Amino acid sequence: MYLDTASSEPLHPAAREALLAALDRGYADPRRLHGAARDARLILDNARAAVAEALGVRRDEVSFTSSGTDAVHRGLLGLARPGATVAHAAVEHSAVLHALAWRSDLTVRALPVDRLGRVELDAVGEPDVVALQHANHEVGTVQPVSEVAAGAVFMDACASMGRLPLPDGWSAAAGSAHKWGGPAGVGVLLVRKGAAWRNPFPADDRVDERVSGFENVPGVLAAAAALQAVVAERDEVDARQRVLVDRIRAAVAEIPDTEVVGDPVDRLPHLVTFSFLYVDGEALVDGLNRRGFEVASGSACTASTLEPSHVLAAMGALTHGNVRVSLTRDASEADVERFLAALPSTVEEIRKDAGLSTGEAW
Amino acid sequence: MTADLELDCRGLLCPQPVIELGKRIGEVLVGQTVAVASTDAAAAFDIPAWCRMRGQEYVGQEPADDGVPRYVVRRVS
Repeated sequence: MYLDTASSEPLHPAAREALLAALDRGYADPRRLHGAARDARLILDNARAAVAEALGVRRDEVSFTSSGTDAVHRGLLGLARPGATVAHAAVEHSAVLHALAWRSDLTVRALPVDRLGRVELDAVGEPDVVALQHANHEVGTVQPVSEVAAGAVFMDACASMGRLPLPDGWSAAAGSAHKWGGPAGVGVLLVRKGAAWRNPFPADDRVDERVSGFENVPGVLAAAAALQAVVAERDEVDARQRVLVDRIRAAVAEIPDTEVVGDPVDRLPHLVTFSFLYVDGEALVDGLNRRGFEVASGSACTASTLEPSHVLAAMGALTHGNVRVSLTRDASEADVERFLAALPSTVEEIRKDAGLSTGEAW
Repeated sequence: MTADLELDCRGLLCPQPVIELGKRIGEVLVGQTVAVASTDAAAAFDIPAWCRMRGQEYVGQEPADDGVPRYVVRRVS
């Protein structure tokens, strides 16, 4: 059972259909003037229009990038003039942190978060740019983007795009198609009309001057088709997923020495994270995988760096024994109950292997 | 700051230092302290989190003679 859609959502059926059609029709260079090129250009323009409508933005505010990460890098760095001051939430995605670290001219400051992972805006000060995600990719907590009163706001919406309506108050934003059921290799960069944004990378002579490289026409159309479908289904899927996540949160909290993290209400609909005291995160991911459940973890032992999740650390949450569960759009109550039936014994087995039975340690 | 019990968890990966703490804090009396020396990056976050979850007091961090962080916990119950 796939429970890792926050890493990557399976391709939406609408995207598959659009992708197959566009693979045959969208191969040409959309800048040329012949018939095949006009076909490709038409597909690209239709995709841009569909994304603009689904997100409630203008068509000329939408650019397609080669990934969500590329959209984050362009969106954020394009707002930061040489020598700018930038404040970011301590729980931002690593794409934001890496982009800021790459620019040695910037003065960068991390804003603390509370126990739920929500940024403390009192600490924002007067920076030129504020990087604040729409919702956190690990714990689901929604950030108060529209309440930021200082600087130009870059909003990383990679975890939320398609799942939650976009808030107001940002100058540039980023999304990632494979996180809403589109194909990998397509990101969305949004730049508000009139925003003081400049391409931070080398120019290219393509259709859209905000981005570079040959347009991935079939991928872009598939991403747009998936986004349209996801937004059309959003109310129904959101309501169903919220109930299932509430059920998981309540059931997991019954397991001894467990911490369920993130905002229980103002959150992404499909995602929940929790940590088990005295449990090795890698053993937990392996144990669940052997029982047929595919989950992610923010624990250090599951990371290539052996560093714990900077999100959990910034929240003061337990970082070991961590599991992130994120539901597919068609996850059912029976699926969730099967997972919840398997989880306590998996945890207990690992604690026993560590020489601890629940209730025996302090 | 000296502790009543020193746990040498150098080289142990998470969650081993916290497991050691959980197993052995009962060896000190209420009011006494345990220091966990740990090279593991997660201990800096997980030992304070353990204190919060288990109702014990996190006193703070102080380096050992070799520079490895020692995380000091007071048993309060």
